[in-house]
Amino acid sequence: MADTIIFQSKPAREAPIKTEGLVPWVKTNLFANWQSTVTTLVVGALLLYYVPQFINWAILTATTTTNADACRADGVGACWGVVKEKYRLIIFGRYPFEEQWRPLVATLLMVGLLVASCTRYFWSKWLIIGWVVVLSAFFILMYGSLFGYFDVFGLTKVTTDRWGGLPLTIMLATLSIVLCFPVAICVALGRRSNLPAIRTFCTIYVELIRGVPLISVLFMASFMFPLFMPQGVTVDVLIRVVVGVTLFAAAYMAEVIRGGLQAMPKGQTEAAASLGLSYWQTQFKIILPQALAMVVPGIMNNFIGLFKDTSLVYIVSLYELTGSLGLALNSDADWRPYKLEGYLFIVSIYFVFCFAMSRYSLWIEKQLNKSKLR
Amino acid sequence: MAVAPRTPPKKRDWSWRSQAFRGLLYQVIAVLLIGGVVWWLASNTAENMRIRGIKSGFDFLTQPAGFDIGESLFSFDSNNPYWKAFLVGIGNTLRVAIIGIILTTILGTMVGVGRFSRNGLVRGICYGYVELFRNVPVLLQLLMWYLIFTELLPDISEAKNIGPVFLSKGGLTYPGPVWESGHLWILGGLIAGAAAAWAYRRWATTQFEATGKLRSMFWVPLIIVLLAGAAGWVAGGMPNQWQIPTKGEFAIEGGSSLTPEFLAVLFGLVLYTAAFVAEVVRSGIQSVPRGQSEAAQALGLAKGQEMQKVLLPQALRVIIPPMTNQYLNLTKNSSLAVAIGYPDVVSISNTALNQTGRAVECIAIIMLVYLTTSLSTSFFMNWYNSKSAIKER
Repeated sequence: MADTIIFQSKPAREAPIKTEGLVPWVKTNLFANWQSTVTTLVVGALLLYYVPQFINWAILTATTTTNADACRADGVGACWGVVKEKYRLIIFGRYPFEEQWRPLVATLLMVGLLVASCTRYFWSKWLIIGWVVVLSAFFILMYGSLFGYFDVFGLTKVTTDRWGGLPLTIMLATLSIVLCFPVAICVALGRRSNLPAIRTFCTIYVELIRGVPLISVLFMASFMFPLFMPQGVTVDVLIRVVVGVTLFAAAYMAEVIRGGLQAMPKGQTEAAASLGLSYWQTQFKIILPQALAMVVPGIMNNFIGLFKDTSLVYIVSLYELTGSLGLALNSDADWRPYKLEGYLFIVSIYFVFCFAMSRYSLWIEKQLNKSKLR
Repeated sequence: MAVAPRTPPKKRDWSWRSQAFRGLLYQVIAVLLIGGVVWWLASNTAENMRIRGIKSGFDFLTQPAGFDIGESLFSFDSNNPYWKAFLVGIGNTLRVAIIGIILTTILGTMVGVGRFSRNGLVRGICYGYVELFRNVPVLLQLLMWYLIFTELLPDISEAKNIGPVFLSKGGLTYPGPVWESGHLWILGGLIAGAAAAWAYRRWATTQFEATGKLRSMFWVPLIIVLLAGAAGWVAGGMPNQWQIPTKGEFAIEGGSSLTPEFLAVLFGLVLYTAAFVAEVVRSGIQSVPRGQSEAAQALGLAKGQEMQKVLLPQALRVIIPPMTNQYLNLTKNSSLAVAIGYPDVVSISNTALNQTGRAVECIAIIMLVYLTTSLSTSFFMNWYNSKSAIKER
């Protein structure tokens, strides 16, 4: 008697757990276990309590009227009218009102140049010419004449003590980073040189500058620089501050570049030496191009830091973005109570610039790593 | 035709073709150039000071300062000499820097670890915090906190309070102990306890290496320290007087208090630097390969042991150098306190500079103070770093 074997199909396997979509995401990220659930509930409750209050203040009950009395009424939230009323003073500082198209055009040119310099499409020798053209156009527009000698296009002269706001912030950051670059390369090479005197000088310079706050360098530029100059020579405060910020930034930049130099394998130098290249040929044709490409993210970080640090010149009475806000509101009794709104306005300007730069830094890092991914 | 053998150039040769000679020449030129510039600047300065009739020297330090300082660690009035004013400034700088460093480390580590949380909400908030706070200049943040603490908080007469802690435009007031000499005994007890705990840890380590028996390396030392502190308190006569602040008509009386300037500087610096510290901690944790924690689990280490013995020591190696930089940045950024009138060393020097006109001396004092703190902090952190570095054979 043989048992008859009857084919029986097995039950189908269960479908795999769904891991995509909203519901599974919420399950794994918000309610994975009891600790996570408690955290979600507590944090969510706090958010639900405070975020609507903020939205209510900033948007729903806010006014944009330029009448300060209307802001004082009960139940009115943020008073954005202060920005509407004062934005030209905040963005351009004390620059003469009817001439403010000039800093606007100059700033747009400068920002355009910076964006172009960050775009791969424009990376060619023409970019250097672009820099020269745009920088001179910037100063002609802002100052009204070139080096004070040639009056161009009949623009009225605007002395540097009236410059302010966003154009000054962007100019200080850009100029300092461009000027500090050659200094930083020399110092970085000097710190790795095998000539003891030069190495000592470069090390002392870097450690000295990195050990003191920027504000003491700015105090030096504004109080001590006039004493350093020979009798009768006066240097514009803007130039003094640019020199101070440049020397400060150069020390930090030199350390970033030195990091790149240290990461270069020794074989590169030896290969260059065996080809008979001189020291400077080796550095400029072999070492620096590779080392600089390696530290582009560090350079970008420095630039972001410098952009934020320009706000410090406010302490030595140059009215860049932070200073011009104080200029616009401190003396105006009507609008002074709405300073917070003004602060939030310039915070958003700084944030947009810095955030864009940090995103760019991530992108460029990925671009430069392409050659290492096979 | 035989080629005449070329003699190699001599090592030291007084000619342009010798590398050693050129190197020497470059150095001599550099020294002369830098020395010349320094001499030129110094002689210009001396000449300018002579013409403008500016006196130089540090003799002004012993003259009476003639200004009052809002807050200070020890008593100071306007008859006291300048050097004492500078000491007050240095004390205030160190106070905000040390408290700031401690709070920044705690907050930054929490946010940095929070970026790895399994909870999406926590991750999102930590990410948003880091991006928001590190992309806004620290000076602007200080000014905003100052505005909030001095103008948006309620007046002193309507101070908000949680129990005996009051918050108003006048600052933060909280209960503080009435200081007596008995409190010194507590300090002494804690120090003795720390020494005993250290001895216990050494003994436990040698015991572990000899017998393999594990002893608690955290709880027992902690209890030793606390017990010693309590013993000190008993020995000091059990001082238990507290000053509880009460709300008066125009002021909050009694208790210890923090000024709005101090709070603004502290909040600004801590929140700004913590965003950077969070990134440092995050990159440190990310740098430890996953295999390490898997290997620790395979060896049967407990969760705490895995963190303490395997993951943290490796992450610390990556974290310490950039963390040092952040501590130094915080200390240097505390100089921005001058913008909101917290009497730190820069602010005091600025006042002294305006009163005496001795720019060179006052700026030299600022630089000297910061150089000393920077160099000693980096010296300490380098020592700690070399202690936690890989011990290679």
